[in-house]
Amino acid sequence: MKKIWELLTGKTEKKRRESLSNTTLLMTITVCTFFGMYLIAMLIWQGGFLNPQQFLDLFNNNAYLLIIACGLTMVMISGGIDISGGGITALVTMVCVVYLEDHGGTVLGSMLIALGIGLAFGLIHGILVAYFEIQPFIVTLAGMFLARGMITIVSIAPRTASQEAFLKLKHARVTLPGIGYYGKSGNFIPAQIEPGVIAAIAIVIIVAVILKWTRFGRNLYAIGGNSHSALTLGINVKRTKFFAYLFAGLLSGIGGYVYLLHTGAGDAANAAQAEMQAIASNIIGGTLLTGGVGNVIGTLFGMLSLKTITNIVIASGLTKPYYQSITTGLMLCFFILLQSLILAVRERGRIKLFPGWMRFRKTGKM
Amino acid sequence: MGNGIRKFMKSQLVIPLLSLLLLVIFNLIRDVGFFSISITTNNQGHRVLSGNLISIFNGASAIAIISIGMTLITSCCKGQDISVAALAAIAGSVFVSVLRSHEITIPVIILAFIFSCLVSVLFSLFNGVLVAVFKIQPMIATLILFSAGRSIAYWINGGATPTVSSPLLASIGGFIPGIPIPTPIIIMVIFLVLISLVLKLTNLGLYTQVVGINERTAHLNGINPVLMKLTAFIISGVCVAMAGCITVCRIGLINHETLLLDTEMDVILAVAIGGTSLGGGRFSLFGSVIGAYIIQALTVTLYAMKVPSAAVKAYKAVVIILIVMINSPVVKDFFIKLYRKLFKKQVETKISIKAS
Repeated sequence: MKKIWELLTGKTEKKRRESLSNTTLLMTITVCTFFGMYLIAMLIWQGGFLNPQQFLDLFNNNAYLLIIACGLTMVMISGGIDISGGGITALVTMVCVVYLEDHGGTVLGSMLIALGIGLAFGLIHGILVAYFEIQPFIVTLAGMFLARGMITIVSIAPRTASQEAFLKLKHARVTLPGIGYYGKSGNFIPAQIEPGVIAAIAIVIIVAVILKWTRFGRNLYAIGGNSHSALTLGINVKRTKFFAYLFAGLLSGIGGYVYLLHTGAGDAANAAQAEMQAIASNIIGGTLLTGGVGNVIGTLFGMLSLKTITNIVIASGLTKPYYQSITTGLMLCFFILLQSLILAVRERGRIKLFPGWMRFRKTGKM
Repeated sequence: MGNGIRKFMKSQLVIPLLSLLLLVIFNLIRDVGFFSISITTNNQGHRVLSGNLISIFNGASAIAIISIGMTLITSCCKGQDISVAALAAIAGSVFVSVLRSHEITIPVIILAFIFSCLVSVLFSLFNGVLVAVFKIQPMIATLILFSAGRSIAYWINGGATPTVSSPLLASIGGFIPGIPIPTPIIIMVIFLVLISLVLKLTNLGLYTQVVGINERTAHLNGINPVLMKLTAFIISGVCVAMAGCITVCRIGLINHETLLLDTEMDVILAVAIGGTSLGGGRFSLFGSVIGAYIIQALTVTLYAMKVPSAAVKAYKAVVIILIVMINSPVVKDFFIKLYRKLFKKQVETKISIKAS
C-alpha cells in the first residue's frame, strides 16, 4: 500500500497528506487515464487516432456537452444536481431556429434569446432550490420536463435553419496553424475547429478561474463540504446556491446555442440524455455528487475520456451501438470504484474497509 | 374525532391526498361525467369495466409497483435508483426469451417470471453492493446500469423486438375472463397488501427507516446497515421484474428502447409527492402509491383536455412544481405562522369580548 501511496502523492515530498488534495488527485488520475488511453489507441489502431483532426473533432462534436458539464460542475461542487441541461439545450435550438426562420430574427437576437432562456430556467431553479428548499433533483427534473414539453408547443416538426447570416456563422471555421494531416492525394489539409469550441474553452477557463480565485468559487466548495459550518462561518449559503443554479442555467443556454451552431437544426430529440452524459463526465473528472470536491479541468478530461472510449470501441470493430453504451457503463463503473477505493485509502479510518467488507467504518461521511 | 383529524393532518398522507382531491374536483368541474364507469363488452366478448377512472388505475399499476421498491431504497439509502426502467427492460427481455423457447402454459409463465425476477434481482444487487459496500451515492451507482441497461436488453433480444401472444398473457395484461377489473390492478393491490403486511409484521420497515435516519445509530443498535440496504435493493428488483412482465403482457412485445421509457423519473416523482423525503428516513408506501395515481391522473386529464402527447410533460412539470412547493418546509412554515396569527387574533377578540 505504501508504494501506491508514494506513487500517488509524489516521492520527494515528506508531508504526504498535504501534498495533494482529493480534488487534484482525482483530476490527475483522469488526465493520466485519458492520455494513456489515447496513446495506446494511437499505437494499436493508428489510422484515425494519429490524425489531429479526429482529436479536434472530439471538441467539435461535444463542445455543447462541455459547456453544460461546466455548469453542472459548479452545481455539483455546491452539493446539488442539475439534470435540466439537455432539455434546455434542445429548447434553445428549437426556439432560435423558429425565431430565425419565421420571425426574420437576427443572429445577435437569437443569441440573446438563448441566453435569456438559460437565465430564466436558472433563475427559477435557483429560487426554488435555494429559497424554497425543495430538493434540486425534483426541481431540475421538472425543469427538464418543462423544457422538453415546451419544444413541441413551439413546433412539433423538426426545423432546419437556413438564414444566410446564421449559416455564415455556422460554417465559420478556425484554422489552426501548423497542425494538419495529409489527404489521400497527398495535399496538406489544415486542422479546423468550430467557433463553438472557442466558446467552450473560454468557458472552461472562466469557470476554472471563478472556482479557484473568486470568493464565490471558494464559497461553493465550502457549502458543498459542509453547509452548516459554512453558514456558521458567515457564508450566505442560500445566495451562493442560487447563483450556482443561475450559472448552470446560463451555461445550458449557451450550450444550446453552440449545439445549434454545430447541427443547425431544432428538434425535440436534440441533446438526448445530454444531462446524464454531463453527469458522467463530471464523475469521471473527479467531481463528487456529495459536493466539496471537484474541478472543471477534470470535467474537461472526463468528457474527453468518455468520448474517446466510444471512438476506441468503434475502431476495434464493435460497431453495434449497444457495445458503446455497455463500455461507457463499464468505464463509469471502473472510475466510480477507483474513486471510492482511493478516497477510502486516503481517509485513515476507512483503510479497515478492505480486509472485512462488512465492517462498519468509524469515521467519514455517512 | 377532533384528535383523529389532527393526527391525520400531521401524517405524511395529507399533501398527496389533498392534491389528488384537487385533481378530482378540477376534473369534475371540467366534465361531470369524467369519472363515470360503464360496463362494456371488449373485443374478446367479456363484460368489463371501462372509463377514465379504470384507465388511471390500470395505467398507473406499473409505476405504483416500482414506486414501492423505490420508496424502500429512498428511505434507507438516502438516494434514488435511476436504473429501474432499464432493469425493467432487461427483466421483460428475459421473460419474453423464456416464453418464446417454450409453449406458453401457466407453469412456463411462472417459470419465466421467476427467471426474470432472478435476473433483475441480480442486477439490482449489483447496484446494491455498489451503494451499500462501496458507499457510492445511489444516483451515481445506478447511472452505470442506466446507461448500459437498455443495451444489455438489446443484447438479450438479439437486436429484435420479439412478440409473444397467448390468451393467457392477454389475461395477465388485460382481463381475466369473468372478472371485470383489469388484472394489473388486482396484482398491484395484492402486492401492496403483501408488502405492507410484511413491513407491519416484521421489523423490516422500522429497521429500514432507522438506517435511513442515522446509519451509525442503527449499527450501534445491532442493525446491519449493509444488509438492510441490500434487502431494499432485492425487493426493488422483484418490483421491477413484476412491472416489466406486466407491461410486456399488456403490449404483447418487448421493445428494449421504449419499454417503460422515462418511468424512473415518474417513479421518483411519485415517491416525492407521496411525502417520503428524498433525503431518506421516514417513508410511506401508501403515499408513494397515491403519488403514482396522481401522476397518472394528471396524464389522463391532460390527454382528455386534448393536449398533444409530447407537450404533456410541460404541463406536468408545472403541476409537479406546485405540489412540491406546497409540500416544502418554507411554505409550510409560512402557512403555520399565518394560521397562528389568525388564530391568536380570534383568541384575543374572544378575551376582549369576555372582558367587556
